[in-house]
Amino acid sequence: MEEIKPDKTINIKGLVCPYTFVKSKLAIEDMEVGEVLEIVLDYPEASRSIPKSMEDHGHKVLKVEKVNDTDWVIVIRKERD
Amino acid sequence: MELNDEQIHRYSRHIILPEVGGKGQKRLLSARVIMVGAGGLGCPVGYYLAAAGVGTLGVIDNDTIELSNLQRQIAHSTERVGMHKADSAKKTFEALNPDVNVIAIKERISKDNILDLIKDYDIVVDGSDNFPTRYLVNDACVLSGKPLVSGAILRFEGQVTTILPGEGHCYRCLFEEPPPPGLVPSCQEAGVLGALPGVIGGLQAMEVLKLILGKGEPLKNRLLIYDALKASFRKVKIPKNPKCPVCGDEPTIRELHDYEAEYCQVRF
Repeated sequence: MEEIKPDKTINIKGLVCPYTFVKSKLAIEDMEVGEVLEIVLDYPEASRSIPKSMEDHGHKVLKVEKVNDTDWVIVIRKERD
Repeated sequence: MELNDEQIHRYSRHIILPEVGGKGQKRLLSARVIMVGAGGLGCPVGYYLAAAGVGTLGVIDNDTIELSNLQRQIAHSTERVGMHKADSAKKTFEALNPDVNVIAIKERISKDNILDLIKDYDIVVDGSDNFPTRYLVNDACVLSGKPLVSGAILRFEGQVTTILPGEGHCYRCLFEEPPPPGLVPSCQEAGVLGALPGVIGGLQAMEVLKLILGKGEPLKNRLLIYDALKASFRKVKIPKNPKCPVCGDEPTIRELHDYEAEYCQVRF
């Protein structure tokens, strides 16, 4: 499968809900429709809640992956302003 | 303008709302709202607008705090009896949220100063306690095209309406002229149960936030009436009156008029 190249990456390790989503949302607001945001996080709950909230806000979840013992990478494409 | 870390925390429950987000919060922070009155209605309206991060709040009130105000005017306090309400409101609102710049205006509004007082603001909130002021504020907002969120309370009943000049009704579409002094409750008749202004002021604050954010449906062409004893809300249609003396097709009121003289003893 083709690797998606993010337009922006944010590292929100150490943050807990709801600030994980707050930071992710602020990041995606500043991007253009069609651009891709990569989020690196270590709060387990957010690995489920961020993709769900991003979908509720109308964006596309491209990837949710546990990359090591503590961290997840979530990749979102901005679909609307 | 970028939100700093403290603001991101403070406004996080706004930011996570799809209808607000960081963009909406920045709109709130750059909004300018002026309130007529820092009494029963002005206290909750200003409190919530300050909490929400509305960046500039003008507060017009020429009165000082009396003990009998404190049963409902929640931005003031016992130790501030005698202080100007506008100064007390500034202290309270800025203590709640240092992002907010409160401009205390200790003047009595009249036809001579109101247009100048409201000209630098986006939205006007009427929380005044008398008909002369209510009509003056309405006419000033219509003449200068400013959105007006108007609230009124008496005993166990309150009303809220949002006037968008040029788009919807105004206060005179509903009642062309102020009621004659004999029909207005005298001060002995004009009690109010303490939490009522909290309900109505909360609704006014909500209308203001919706206008700033451009979300939802404002109470345009509508009057929302709350009956506290029955715990019921009624929404009444108020069509724009084409013959309205101030906002109609051929307005007869083209300049402001003070009703003060006819009304000296009926403030409630």
